[in-house]
Amino acid sequence: MSQMQFGIFTVSDITEDPTTRTTVSEAQRIQDTLTIARHAEEVGLDVFALGEHHNPPFWSSSPTTTLAYLAAQTSTLLLSTATTLITTNDPVKIAEDFSMLQHLAGGRVDLMLGRGNTGPVYPWFGKDIRQGIPLAIENYALLRRLWDEEVVDWTGQFRTPLQGFTSTPRPLDGVAPFVWHGSIRSPEIAEQAAYYGDGFFANNIFWPASHYQQLIGYYRQRFEHYGHGTAAQAIVGLGGQVFMRSKSQDAVDEFRPYFDNAPVYGHGPSLEDFTAQTPLTVGSPQQVIDRYAGMRNLFGDYQRQLFLMDHAGLPLKTVLEQLDILGGEVVPVLRRELAANRPAEAPDAPTHAARVAAAAAAPPETQENSAAEPMEVAS
Amino acid sequence: MSAPTDNSPEFPAGGTFPAGGTFPAGGTFPAGGTRRLVVVSGGLSQPSSTRLLADRLAQAVQRSLAPELTADVEIIELRELAQDITNNLLTGFPGPRLDAAIQSLTSADGAIMATPIFTTSYSGLFKSFIDVIDPDALTGLPVLIAATGGTERHSLALDYAMRPLFTYLHAIVAPTGVYAASGDWGADAGLVDRIDRAGSELAALMRATDRDARVRDPFALPAGFSPVGGFGAQ
Repeated sequence: MSQMQFGIFTVSDITEDPTTRTTVSEAQRIQDTLTIARHAEEVGLDVFALGEHHNPPFWSSSPTTTLAYLAAQTSTLLLSTATTLITTNDPVKIAEDFSMLQHLAGGRVDLMLGRGNTGPVYPWFGKDIRQGIPLAIENYALLRRLWDEEVVDWTGQFRTPLQGFTSTPRPLDGVAPFVWHGSIRSPEIAEQAAYYGDGFFANNIFWPASHYQQLIGYYRQRFEHYGHGTAAQAIVGLGGQVFMRSKSQDAVDEFRPYFDNAPVYGHGPSLEDFTAQTPLTVGSPQQVIDRYAGMRNLFGDYQRQLFLMDHAGLPLKTVLEQLDILGGEVVPVLRRELAANRPAEAPDAPTHAARVAAAAAAPPETQENSAAEPMEVAS
Repeated sequence: MSAPTDNSPEFPAGGTFPAGGTFPAGGTFPAGGTRRLVVVSGGLSQPSSTRLLADRLAQAVQRSLAPELTADVEIIELRELAQDITNNLLTGFPGPRLDAAIQSLTSADGAIMATPIFTTSYSGLFKSFIDVIDPDALTGLPVLIAATGGTERHSLALDYAMRPLFTYLHAIVAPTGVYAASGDWGADAGLVDRIDRAGSELAALMRATDRDARVRDPFALPAGFSPVGGFGAQ
């Protein structure tokens, strides 16, 4: 039972190392990522989350395949996604793939849903990007039913109807994988997460904290509105991004060329501006501890902290060193500091075992969506 | 406040022009209070003729609003935000200074949008600033369009470039746009009349605006949104 989970998430980019002008092969980068995931467990981290993309320079098009392989090679690591595309994947296949993964991994699985940020993926998969939100809403409504109901009859706007369909394998122990809904700016997704009593994950990398404070504050308030508990009992996850060396200036000097050339923010703001405006922290382990121990003051006590550690062409050796520092020096202190004064009502991070126990303890009629609310929500 | 004259000093960039001051004798106390006028100047040189034109237009709006209403004028000089605008294009979010400017513009009661004409159209910096604003955020905003250029030959850029841009954004564009060529600054009349006419048009729109009620909350759900889309999970 852990109050908070710490881990890493990766977008699976294959990017040139700007300091050596070399790029690892796709085959090598895939092997490197597996090494990184295994090392995350070795240094005591809890979660490894993998992105989904369908275009170069990213390799991770089939996350459950990769995560199943990792499940066999690890024993405690919780395997997740960042994110699984709820818009362009068939919800039936998501239900099947993640239930299967759940069985293979002995319950060490959850997933984070997102809409994706690459426009052409929609037409490549036969969808219309202008329907992004409606797809996310309808597809998840079906996914939920496929996991929660044995036999599903269903008709929707975007998919072939289902009559008498049973998704197999059934969720492990009758409890579906926990779902996080990821969003950078859409209040609709925060509303959706709150309605179902699911987790809400704020990527927290690209925008200033004030923006995510509003989004998370909204999700917490709506979680309470829908009767899942108090606002403080909502399940919140945060992204983050760090680079550390024992001497702060060494971290800045080493990371700067990777920052300056990074695909997402390179050639834009200075490292100094970006670290001031976003949670990116480049410096000593103590600076990282101070910054991330303060997150709960901004967002409330939360359940999961994921760090982006392996992007922008950073070499494998450097990433593994970063994980050593993160797992060895930073996370143990953060666990202590975030446990201190944690209110009793702040829930522990969701795990399969805890959710199975909770389901067994709950009277059957209150297990699912006890918040029977009118379907329509006026703005 | 006293109506600014043609000799009044320039408005402070990035600041709010002090509202206050004395009211003309015989005038009535402003029942409608104040209106917030934001002036965006895309001029790149300093001093800039675009800024000069924008200031004249702001003064004309103030004169037209007086005495019932006073205008709090805020100037946004895009030159000062050039780096932030580029950063926003690359990262997807505004830095603090740019964020403040966007908040100010999108919550205004009226705006003067002034750009130099470069290569047949608004300047790239001006358009980049527009590009980092939420496309719904200027809906219903009364806007006066203005531009400067070396010769009169590009004056139609106001009507084939600036006006469609703000029409697309659902702003309410005053019928008169003001173009000032270099030569206009030495002519006896014409420019001054156009400035007065445009200023009174924007003032009329600002008197009537319900902008306050229309400022959009970016975190508001669309009307009728359902978290289950009508396909209940029950």
